[in-house]
Amino acid sequence: MSGRRRLSLGERLVIAAPYFWIAAFFLAPMLLVAKISVSQSVLARPPYRPIFQLSDSFADLWAKAQNFTLDSYRALVSDTLYVESYLSSLTIAAVSTLITLIVAYPFALAIARAPERLRPLLIGLAAAPFWTSFLIRVYAWIALLKDEGLINNALMALGLISAPLQMYATSGAVVVGIVYSYLPFMLLPLYAALERQDVSLREAAADLGASPAQVFFRVTLPLSREGVVAGSLLVFIPAVGEFVIPDLLGGSETLMIGRTLWNDFFSNHDWPAASAAAIALVALLMVPLLAWERARLKEEEEAR
Amino acid sequence: MSAAAAWARAATLVAGFVFLYAPIVVLAVMSFNASRLVSVWGGFSTKWYAALLQNAQLLHSAKISLAAALASAAIATVLGLLAAVALARFGGFRSRLLFFGAVHAPLVLPEVVLGLALLTCFVALGVGRGFVTLVIGHVTLTMCFMTVALLAALRDCDPTLEEAAMDLGATPPEAFARVALPQLAPAIVTAFLLAFTLSLDDLVIASFATGPGATTLPMRIYSQVRLGVSPQINAISTLLLALVAVSLGLAALVSYWRTGRNLRVPKTASHSPDKAP
Repeated sequence: MSGRRRLSLGERLVIAAPYFWIAAFFLAPMLLVAKISVSQSVLARPPYRPIFQLSDSFADLWAKAQNFTLDSYRALVSDTLYVESYLSSLTIAAVSTLITLIVAYPFALAIARAPERLRPLLIGLAAAPFWTSFLIRVYAWIALLKDEGLINNALMALGLISAPLQMYATSGAVVVGIVYSYLPFMLLPLYAALERQDVSLREAAADLGASPAQVFFRVTLPLSREGVVAGSLLVFIPAVGEFVIPDLLGGSETLMIGRTLWNDFFSNHDWPAASAAAIALVALLMVPLLAWERARLKEEEEAR
Repeated sequence: MSAAAAWARAATLVAGFVFLYAPIVVLAVMSFNASRLVSVWGGFSTKWYAALLQNAQLLHSAKISLAAALASAAIATVLGLLAAVALARFGGFRSRLLFFGAVHAPLVLPEVVLGLALLTCFVALGVGRGFVTLVIGHVTLTMCFMTVALLAALRDCDPTLEEAAMDLGATPPEAFARVALPQLAPAIVTAFLLAFTLSLDDLVIASFATGPGATTLPMRIYSQVRLGVSPQINAISTLLLALVAVSLGLAALVSYWRTGRNLRVPKTASHSPDKAP
């Protein structure tokens, strides 16, 4: 990205439409959210006190900037509902990511080691649910997890339990929902990393006396690190802000930030609070992404 | 590889596919259950499908969702292609970093945040929410996916072919339209389908961006599902799943047929010199 040239007229025409769209419907709204997060909450429509207007002079702007309030951010830290939502979102996302990795790894390995002819079919079948409705796949679990659902019925018929287990409307159900919904996101990068591994490396390790477990932990696993990191980020990041899964499978005590934000916005009409929570969430998600990007750049430099 | 390892692999595959497909299969089977209860099999019945056809609200929402998905996928594919061309071919122009970041950001942003941002923007501008704002929301969400997918496809394109076309007198736009675009065609179709599915499936952005009169199918399904398992929702879910299954099957057949034909090309090419003399 060293060159910093001007674009030709033709090039500007190409870039104009996507640039305009992104500026108008993404950048401007995000700035507006940042602005609302420092506004005062009022009972009106829209439920915040406007800070700037186009007709403002510089003196007006300065005067109004004195009215900035960090109340919403202070509330974020002091309000236990928000603090708990953030902590529980991070915990649920982290646990779900770990379990997804543990479930997906052997699955991806089995597909990558299947006969070459079958691999495209197997990975295609494993990725196919990604194309079906997310909402429907989460909904399907309700019928399985409910007190009078199929899993409880099967366990009771087998005589393993005498009373139904409370699985639906718990944090555990949310974890199951996330693992199930995001499995393809973990599977694909893992498969890509495992499939291109050279068989001769494993054979060489085995020839030199490594046991199958040693071959796995010292050759296969380290070489698939890139897939593990990419897959984990692809699961963890959307899981933190997830709304549908905690809302449908979680109980009232399952606090997740996406849900708290939704409720603040739609039910409590506290836009400044919801906006501050949104800005904090974006900042929170940027940390792992920037760390990943930095590690990647460092690796690239070392490779040179 | 030992026989035990082969067995372990086969068992893993079976377990993995059961986990992935069992919930979907159960849902589909239940849509044919005459009984309203999940736990009781009341015999085979298609009455829930018949009831669907009577549900005017649900049908109206299905139409809204399809129209929004078609419109937003078409706009998002064009915008995504333009953005991908700019990022792949224009080198390091001035505001590239901002553009790159802004185009990729909605990918990692929670949908709740993007939806909230769009809604506050529509309210601040005093725009009435409805079908148009719904399409705007879905384009903003999906064009990032399109840009990423098409950027990857553009990087796989051989640039020397376009250079050759320009050496032979084509202008850059001509070279792009007649050389690169045909190579990109499969990727563009896939990207369009991805945008279409994402829009059809979206609940969160739609809930923020749409207004009265333009309630989407996922929003209807969601409000029903919150009240519990409903056989009618099972039926419409099964129809949507079947639609996806048929489309994926067709796509797989087409790609099989295409690669099969591609494999035959070198063969005929190697035969022709023999026949020539």
